Amino acid sequence: MIRFDAVTKRYPDGTVAVDSLELTAASGQITVLVGPSGCGKTTSLRMINRMIEPTSGTIWLDDTDTASMATHELRRQIGYVIQHAGLFPHRTIVDNIATVPFLLGTDKKEARKTALELLERVGLPPHFAKRYPAQLSGGQQQRVGVARALAADPPVMLMDEPFSAVDPVVREQLQDEFLRLQQELGKTIVFVTHDIDEAIKLGDQVAVLRVGGHLAQLASPVELLSRPIDAFVAGFVGRDRGYRALGFTTAGTLSTRGEPTVTLGAAIPKGTDTDTWLLVVDAQQAPQGWLDLGADFTGHETVSDELLYRGGTLATQGGTLRAALDACLSSPSGRGVVVDDGGALIGSVTAREVLELIEARETERQP
Amino acid sequence: MATSPTSPASDAGDIKAVPVRHYGRWLFALIVLVFVASLLSSAIRNDNFKWDVVGDYLFADRVLRGLWLTIWLSTVAVVLGIALGTLLAVMRLSDNPVLRWVSLAYIWFFRGTPVYVQLLGWSFIGALYSTISFGVPFGGPVLVSANGNDLITPITAAILGLGLNLAAYQAEIVRAGLLSVDEGQVESAKALGMTGAQSMRRIVLPQAMRVIIPPTGNQAIDMLKTSSLVATIGVADLLYSVQLIYAQNYQQVPLLVAACIWYLLMTSILSIGQYYLERHYAAGNVRELPPTPLQRARARAASVRFGGPGNPG
Ligand SMILES: Nc1ncnc2c1ncn2[C@@H]1O[C@H](COP(=O)(O)OP(=O)(O)OP(=O)(O)O)[C@@H](O)[C@H]1O
Ligand SMILES: [Mg+2]
Repeated sequence: MIRFDAVTKRYPDGTVAVDSLELTAASGQITVLVGPSGCGKTTSLRMINRMIEPTSGTIWLDDTDTASMATHELRRQIGYVIQHAGLFPHRTIVDNIATVPFLLGTDKKEARKTALELLERVGLPPHFAKRYPAQLSGGQQQRVGVARALAADPPVMLMDEPFSAVDPVVREQLQDEFLRLQQELGKTIVFVTHDIDEAIKLGDQVAVLRVGGHLAQLASPVELLSRPIDAFVAGFVGRDRGYRALGFTTAGTLSTRGEPTVTLGAAIPKGTDTDTWLLVVDAQQAPQGWLDLGADFTGHETVSDELLYRGGTLATQGGTLRAALDACLSSPSGRGVVVDDGGALIGSVTAREVLELIEARETERQP
Repeated sequence: MATSPTSPASDAGDIKAVPVRHYGRWLFALIVLVFVASLLSSAIRNDNFKWDVVGDYLFADRVLRGLWLTIWLSTVAVVLGIALGTLLAVMRLSDNPVLRWVSLAYIWFFRGTPVYVQLLGWSFIGALYSTISFGVPFGGPVLVSANGNDLITPITAAILGLGLNLAAYQAEIVRAGLLSVDEGQVESAKALGMTGAQSMRRIVLPQAMRVIIPPTGNQAIDMLKTSSLVATIGVADLLYSVQLIYAQNYQQVPLLVAACIWYLLMTSILSIGQYYLERHYAAGNVRELPPTPLQRARARAASVRFGGPGNPG
């Protein structure tokens, strides 16, 4: 547990970066600090491992006042993932990861073995071990940065925009892997980002800071989306927060209707005039895309890949309302495809049905 | 100037690719070759060089003794210079103003006066201070005391004169190297719980080496030759040894040639050492390293043995 007790940071030039902050980051949970640029996120984070010393107030690490510890002792208990990874260019990847174990005097062979395991943990192939940081892409370096912070198995991790330098696809991937890792490791994590979507996706609790270093709201992601405390937080959380809040509500069991299908590679059926869209599945009943029966099929005998519309997303039975609604809205037929955990087709729902479900939930919640 | 879409580049397809013949380059190379060859043959065939005498003295006892002295004197001076220079550089970058100013004053003095004068100064120290003692200043107890002339022999004077002068230059080389390392590296090191000394030794210095080594190699090579100044304070190094010999037999030219052969051999060995040291510290650099001559030879041998296409270059 990390507790900020009336912590203030005033830089020598008079800038108040953090103003009497009260905040508790619970053990084994991810606390995200989010806010506009310059609101004091990095400053708050770096005060935890005393890279920056608070002007006043106390930061507690469990029951110890951090100010009473030797800085290097404190920092070895706290993993720190720096923006842009901050790897050491003159050391191989495996030695970068093993930096802290080496410092602690762990046997070199032992430390490298653990480092190799960590490399695999963060999703990098073992032959990267002998490479140097300059031979890795930005996203791969970020992963090594995470592995290095994990190497000493510190109970606490600080992460400052660790996924900011990569494209949205890789970022999504890193976030998913990060959540999976956290489920295994259960670290106490303080995570800084200026991206509210990232905050909501990753945080067990989210602290929204406003410029001047004030804490505007500390809440769970659902609560933040449904009950922003003031206009600033509401504005920061964004206009489509209602839609995003659906991402936290499970749809329960959707009552689906059967969907007629055709198997990939089968002969193209004659179109009925009531409905021009037909769902295409593969041999395992996994939905592949939609076939427009009204289209011109000259030159084609069977249902082949290039005839498919692949736009629609899939909703999983037992998934969120957001996924269900999105499946409907993204489907060219207007019918959202629902699959089971194995990816096999169950049936379809319409947007109207999902909306009715949402309304039912709303009335349920109101007294 | 921007190229317009109608530039002649659009006709490039019509141009026949003929390898450019560098007639001028070939001609120039030929002239240089002829010049070098005639220079060499004139030296080899000129009887005044007395190559047989060069041969006689190249391995003469006194020459070899001088050579040995030059080698270890230069080595000790370079080691002293590098160690003290590194210390001075760290002092200059320290937060402590006293250390900073002491370092600055040291560099100011030892870079600002001729090394020749410094050598003479150290050899005269016995005359300047008849006893040299270490103790608490301004009347405090004396801890160690010695006679100036006993303590500062000509050899000691040579080591101090050369080493302390080198340190002043080395300090600036090391400082430039340390400043070339990205500040984020120190940040990372600190965040991982390294102490100041650990981050200096494990992170900053190894990276600074890339910048430090080439000029340091220069310094070491320079020291081999600068060390010949110690002849003036009566230390029999390589140059002074041959001077002593030709003072008796008047064979100045062949003896100086013999000395130069040894100097060239030593500097060549140092250059090779520097090449490999640079490669060692280039690890992790973005640029790919070309193969060493040894690796190249091995690759060629392998390609011959297996009849493979071989490694060009
Ligand atoms: N060393 C410093 N001296 C003076 N002011 C500083 C210093 N470091 C940061 N600041 C100021 O403190 C405020 C908070 O900075 P901080 O780096 O914590 O912001 P941040 O929330 O991390 O922003 P970003 O999202 O852009 O990284 C800013 O107004 C910044 O200009
Ligand atoms: Mg920041």
